[in-house]
Amino acid sequence: MTDSRAGEIRKIAQGLFAEGKIELFLGFQQGSLPLRSRPCFVTAEGAAAGVDSPLVWDSFCANNLAAYLPKYYENLPNRPKKRDKPYPRIGIAAKACDLRSIVALTKEKQVRRESLVVVGVPCRGMIDTRKVEAAAGGQEILGHEEVDGDLLRVAVRGAEPLSLPREQVLQDCCLECRHPVPEGADVLVPGQARKPGDGGYARVKEFEAKSQAERWEYFRSELSRCIRCNACRQACPTCWCKECFAEQTDRKWIGVGTDASDKMFFQIIRIFHQAGRCVECDACYRACPMGIDLRLFTKKIVKDVEETFGYLPAFDAGELPPLTTFGEKDADSFITDPDKKG
Amino acid sequence: MSDTLAIDLRAADTEWHPVIVAFLCNWCSYAGADLAGVSRLQYAPNVRIIRVPCSARINPQFIMKALQNGVDGVLVSGCHPGDCHYISGNLVARRKFALTKKFLEFVGVEPERVQFSWVSASEGRRFSDLMNKVIADVRRVGPAKGLKKEVSS
Repeated sequence: MTDSRAGEIRKIAQGLFAEGKIELFLGFQQGSLPLRSRPCFVTAEGAAAGVDSPLVWDSFCANNLAAYLPKYYENLPNRPKKRDKPYPRIGIAAKACDLRSIVALTKEKQVRRESLVVVGVPCRGMIDTRKVEAAAGGQEILGHEEVDGDLLRVAVRGAEPLSLPREQVLQDCCLECRHPVPEGADVLVPGQARKPGDGGYARVKEFEAKSQAERWEYFRSELSRCIRCNACRQACPTCWCKECFAEQTDRKWIGVGTDASDKMFFQIIRIFHQAGRCVECDACYRACPMGIDLRLFTKKIVKDVEETFGYLPAFDAGELPPLTTFGEKDADSFITDPDKKG
Repeated sequence: MSDTLAIDLRAADTEWHPVIVAFLCNWCSYAGADLAGVSRLQYAPNVRIIRVPCSARINPQFIMKALQNGVDGVLVSGCHPGDCHYISGNLVARRKFALTKKFLEFVGVEPERVQFSWVSASEGRRFSDLMNKVIADVRRVGPAKGLKKEVSS
């Protein structure tokens, strides 16, 4: 049922523990509900006791594990004061998007790359639970089974079992993914990755072509469902500020409630903060309990950063984040010039 | 006599007047506004100026907050690229502005509502022209409602 890669990951984790290279391993374990795999933290003691076998790898390991890392490397600039407490060494099973987030966090000094052992997993794409649920027509899903890695069989309450082709229920972000292979991982799990996608800018372009009133109406109606649970922020690997602007009280920017204006303010600024950092892992979209189309808006900022500054957060830790630097020939066309007619 | 005239004019004025917030950098655009004043150049009185140390001080949150507080338009202006008092403040700011402008447009905020410009300390004329242009633009698109926070009484 599980991928052959699960065994490989277990073996690698065991080896790393045995060699004393890591004290903690982040991976996935079987969830308690069908269609879910949940993040799993294996410690050295646990591994010594032989309980690192919960590690699995299947098509539901969609969470971006990089989101857990910054807290282990807190206070980086002030760390010398705590020299007696060394940085934890962590192994992490990382898809390409997780690794891209790790690189982005390394640049922001939220993660110590030297303290990490990245076990790269070539990604075949993860399954979108919502798509499966939609295919099941809202009926309760009792169990699932992956067949030959191409077919997903789902047991549904009160109905015939469903057989869904994998490609049909993959997450949109995986279908569009341009970087399925984690480049620069310390250990690469053998396996086939999917073919790189096209980046998925077509939908953004289509939306850009709509009229201003239509765009506003869509944005407004999507965000009218927002309940300000902040799950999008919590799930996002690059949202690591200890004090979010949304909760700041000395300069209180926005209310914490569900006022329509506050919701828009929150999302616009949250998404803007992802400029040059978003790796399109869709963690925000997955986390949203209201199913708000956050993909479209985050994709827009990714597209703008790439088109305007030629920057896409990938695997190169040496490249400067675009908003920390500048070019003398940067785009100036948006500037209002009163001397220009028309 | 003059008092009565003023009161009469105000009473007769039922027209909508846009309110525009202008964030001006201390070293160029604010001095440009000063020069426009000293040179007695006329421009529409709808603008409320906020002086900031540099255009790089502008956080997109400022713009959002202004819109939330009910202004009809926001203008941000700094030194011309290459002339920044802090060498590269406006160049870093330019990147932020480019993204902010595009993103606000994407979600359906009228492009006329949020504008960015460069005005130097010697460009009083440019400043008054810019003000008139921005005010005319905002007048054309009408009062801002979308992002305004309505507080129920």
